[in-house]
Amino acid sequence: MPHLLTRKNLSEGATAAWPICIGYVPIGLALGVLAQKAGIPWWAVAMMSLLVFAGSAQFICVAMIAAGASIPAIIFTTFVVNLRHTLMSSALAVYLTGVSRKFLALFSYGITDESFAINMTRFRSGSWDHYSALATNQLANATWVLATVTGALLGQFVPQGAFGIDYALTGMFICLLVLQLQGGIYILTGLLAAGISVSWYLSIPGDSYIVGASICAATVGFLLQRRGRVS
Amino acid sequence: MNVNDYLLLFCGMGAVTYLPRALPLLYLAHKKLPQGLVDWLGLIPVSILSALLAPLLFCDGASRSLHLGKPEFLVAIPTLAFALKTKSLAGTVLLGMALYWVAGYVL
Repeated sequence: MPHLLTRKNLSEGATAAWPICIGYVPIGLALGVLAQKAGIPWWAVAMMSLLVFAGSAQFICVAMIAAGASIPAIIFTTFVVNLRHTLMSSALAVYLTGVSRKFLALFSYGITDESFAINMTRFRSGSWDHYSALATNQLANATWVLATVTGALLGQFVPQGAFGIDYALTGMFICLLVLQLQGGIYILTGLLAAGISVSWYLSIPGDSYIVGASICAATVGFLLQRRGRVS
Repeated sequence: MNVNDYLLLFCGMGAVTYLPRALPLLYLAHKKLPQGLVDWLGLIPVSILSALLAPLLFCDGASRSLHLGKPEFLVAIPTLAFALKTKSLAGTVLLGMALYWVAGYVL
């Protein structure tokens, strides 16, 4: 690593990451409470949040442990649920060309739906230092570990739904979606993705709707964009 | 499960989560990407955000059925309008939370 995170990276990261961190608190607490109910000790929750760092897969893992599933079955399910990150990782590559592999290996650990959305928006608006992007990922990760462990230790004492905190990530996604709408083709692609996603979600079980709808919508949008350019 | 079982499970889960996050980036960031791929990838964020959001707003998660008029959706309308007008992430998140909190009492 040529340099560690500077104070500037950390403060920029904190400015970018705070909506994620607020959003992770109720979800992490909920996960911790469920884990505790499933008989998973707090140190195992900490280990899981550090080694895996993937919200939905961790919820599924807890449910599968509670149902007595085998270790290979849980690992396989995790793999399928988290395959969507290949798409995000590929999209981030556009802004991280030529960056050292060491950095990329470290950065990849923190690619989640939320950090992806924040970092892509920042990268696109220009001058987003990739070390600040790394700080964003790591701050989100630290919050996640703390929230899940807190949930496992004393989550049952936390009131449900206080301050509308459960809406933090939804609100964040809404605004990030708006920031992505930089022209007609983006609006059209977004509407297509929404329509395909809902139909897919209703007809096919599992989480494939995210990847499926994204690839379909981006491909149609891409073809329309290309046709528009040619004609 | 004992410590070793947990360690094995989480290392396995960690590996299958990390590899899809790392391999495309490690591979693509050191290649000259064709313009077509860059254009296609440019439409991926809007697609992913929309694909993540739409079922949250229009579907019931427990029964996996269409559910129009959910509080999540009703709150999303003014939240979206605010985001379009201000483009402020902080403001949008806080407004969404406040409205959702109120909606919990009113609806």
